[in-house]
Amino acid sequence: MSDVQPSVGAGPSADPGGAEQAPGLLRRSWANGRTKTGLGITLLVVAMALIGPFVAPGGETAIVGPPNATEVPGLLFGTDTTGRDVWSRFLFGGVSVLWLSALCTIVGVGAGLLIALLAGYSRTWVDEVLMRTTDVFLAFPAIVLALLFLAIFQPSPWTVILTVALGHAPRVARVMRAAVLDVAGRDYVRSAESMGLRRWAIRLGDLLPNVTGPLMVECGLRLTYSIGLVAGLGFLGLSGLEADQADWGLMINEGRIAFTVQPWPVLLPVIAIGLLTIGTNLVADGIARAAAGTDREVAG
Amino acid sequence: MTVGSGLEVRGLRVLTRAGVPVVDGVDLSVPGGTVLGLVGESGSGKTTVGTALLGGTRRGLEIDSGSVVLEGTDLTQLSESELREWRGSRVTYVPQDPTTALNPAMRVGGQIREVLDCHDYGDGPQQRADRVSEAFAEVGLPADGAFAQRYPHQLSGGQQQRVCIAMAFSTWPALVVLDEPTTGLDVTTQALVLDTVRQLTQAHGCAALYISHDLAVVSTISDTVAVLYAGSVVEQGPTGELVNAPRHPYTARLVAAVPDLTGRRELKGIPGGAPSPSMRPHGCRFAPRCALVIDECTVELPELRPVRDNHLARCIRADEVHPAEVRDRASYTEVSREPLLRVEGLTARYGKVPVLHGLSLDVPEGSCVALLGESGSGKTTLARTLAGLHTDAEGSLRFAGMSLPFGSHERDRATRAAVAYVFQNPYSSLNPRRTVGDSVGRPLRVLRGVKGADLDRRVTEMLERVYLSPRLAQRYPDQLSGGERQRVAVARALISDPTLLICDEITSALDVSVQANLVGLIEQFRRDLGLTLLFVTHDIALVRNVAQRVAVLQQGVIVEDATTEELFEHPRHAYTKELLETTPSLAS
Repeated sequence: MSDVQPSVGAGPSADPGGAEQAPGLLRRSWANGRTKTGLGITLLVVAMALIGPFVAPGGETAIVGPPNATEVPGLLFGTDTTGRDVWSRFLFGGVSVLWLSALCTIVGVGAGLLIALLAGYSRTWVDEVLMRTTDVFLAFPAIVLALLFLAIFQPSPWTVILTVALGHAPRVARVMRAAVLDVAGRDYVRSAESMGLRRWAIRLGDLLPNVTGPLMVECGLRLTYSIGLVAGLGFLGLSGLEADQADWGLMINEGRIAFTVQPWPVLLPVIAIGLLTIGTNLVADGIARAAAGTDREVAG
Repeated sequence: MTVGSGLEVRGLRVLTRAGVPVVDGVDLSVPGGTVLGLVGESGSGKTTVGTALLGGTRRGLEIDSGSVVLEGTDLTQLSESELREWRGSRVTYVPQDPTTALNPAMRVGGQIREVLDCHDYGDGPQQRADRVSEAFAEVGLPADGAFAQRYPHQLSGGQQQRVCIAMAFSTWPALVVLDEPTTGLDVTTQALVLDTVRQLTQAHGCAALYISHDLAVVSTISDTVAVLYAGSVVEQGPTGELVNAPRHPYTARLVAAVPDLTGRRELKGIPGGAPSPSMRPHGCRFAPRCALVIDECTVELPELRPVRDNHLARCIRADEVHPAEVRDRASYTEVSREPLLRVEGLTARYGKVPVLHGLSLDVPEGSCVALLGESGSGKTTLARTLAGLHTDAEGSLRFAGMSLPFGSHERDRATRAAVAYVFQNPYSSLNPRRTVGDSVGRPLRVLRGVKGADLDRRVTEMLERVYLSPRLAQRYPDQLSGGERQRVAVARALISDPTLLICDEITSALDVSVQANLVGLIEQFRRDLGLTLLFVTHDIALVRNVAQRVAVLQQGVIVEDATTEELFEHPRHAYTKELLETTPSLAS
């Protein structure tokens, strides 16, 4: 086969325009209308919560009028049960929900991912022990777990984060383990094994980069749940914040007594939390669709 | 049986939503009772043509113009509901993979019955029930009720595909489209399926379109062959004439790229790759890869014009095209050398299921030993055990005179670098999140501790040696074609300077022209570097073209082990003889 050699050369590889860079997951998600809508809504609420404290017309705790008044001159949405400005408290009250849910998500998804990487690529009893333990936690609804732990430990922002994250971790672990298992069966993992690489090097170098799709979906989904849980715990007065500190969950709880005469202290945070969860959910859904290739057109 | 009027396709043109033609200038004519073979490399648009004949397209494509006339009706003009009437009754389809085509929750008899019910076949339940058993009998499956009661998972791959074929022929269609129906089957089963299709087409008097990338398979079943390149038919003619006296340069090169069972013809690839729909050149689309190219070729797309009776070619120099040269291969005389690898009494299992049974094999230094076997024979298990990827085994492995442990973690670095492995599927063997350069350099980094500029230089050198542009180092695997990916995989295997290279079915996912190139590359490395090769394959014709020794594996046991010449001239084992007889070869 002496003259096979020349025929091997000069492939399309010499052609720089031969293949375009396939767009990444985020760019493909962005192409989806729902992602744009979701991100728009999310950013709107986030911006309101972050900028709110600086543009609030009044103070967070200042009493400025009679309680539960709707028609107070100069106040947009009247006063709450103790005569504080509803609009100002609303603008102050978003930050706590945001950073608490963000941290819950990061800690919860991080822990779940760690368990998944360990279990999904061990092929030993470690997998069994980890996954059966997560099954036990999965048997309890997240809110029940959270209430249990907050009843045992003093409620503080950190205990809130840890308990909500504890609710997330087993659910994330289950989904991510399935993703890791799938990747662990690919030949490039075999190839890394044949080079004698250590398991953690393979986990971080080959497995993790290839499960970012489902990981992003999980992040979005868990963020949505976190917002609901954190607001719910705030409503129950368990978010560990100062008693008169503005917080959307707390506002709903305080305002619900006078809801018929003064609906705004309840409505404003409810709308904001609703919008935020819908927004993050749309983003998560957009990423999930892009990751699954649901909207993919046939390549030409 | 009445012979149908057949199929006439004129000027078929399929566009992407962006208006890029995927297929254009496709004219086909298939008289009733005959089989037309449609041959093309991946990306040539052959599946698009196949689905267009069913009046449909894949998502993102649309039929722009042209006609598909069957029994006097133009299918492209029918409404969606009219098309549904046609599909499954007058026009039927046999898919590539029967395991995904059959409903796993339904008995196979019920699935054929469903088609008959759906199209109101015959005059009543009794006639339909009779037709179901008749359909089974036609494809050589048991016509008794017991077989019809089985579920797809209770059948072998060949039986499943025959159920699909029985279903396709059950309604006495006018046209059957078969899209690579034997790709997943063993050669012996393939021969049976091809025979069935041929007989049924004649018996039913219907037109059949047989789509495949494999010219050898197509030539055994088709009356006429149409060669598709970059979305248009470049040559169409009677099978024997087209294969022996091709009149388009592409066909001639395609014939040369098919491994020859007699070993008389040298295996020769086609340089470059087929252009993607948006990158097709002006003028003749094959011009950039053609040896006969002249300036006129790039002016406009040549017409498909007659070169002889019933023989058309789309080439302005059709008269100057010569068939592939036939010459004697240099015969190999075995140098008696020490085996680099010696396998003795190897038993490997998955849990309790043994796959290899006390197998012994010698791989002489500097030669290429082919390990030939069909799916389920244990050849991949053997290859993986040797590569240190399968540890549930016992027996003795000796490599370069030293004992070789089973797991790669128990082997020292030097051994891991010396035994390299190329995986079957280049689409799953490269990490999609690593650049080509990163993947190729990784063994060197891990096994030899090479870093920085030195590593970059070695990667560049290695890419050049597998005839890839060093610029590809920055690309990701999904930006490369299948052939390029496999060359990257070869580069990754060879960069640590191994002495033994294990190739596990490395060409089975590739087109024949790309396969020929890759085989040439491997052979070159064997000669230049004194590399020892264990070439695992199911393709006996390919074996003749690459290997000096052949070990035939059947059900975990080596049934024949001889030099290539000896095996092909005087096969001893019944299984080897059967393989030699049933493997399709180009008519000559």
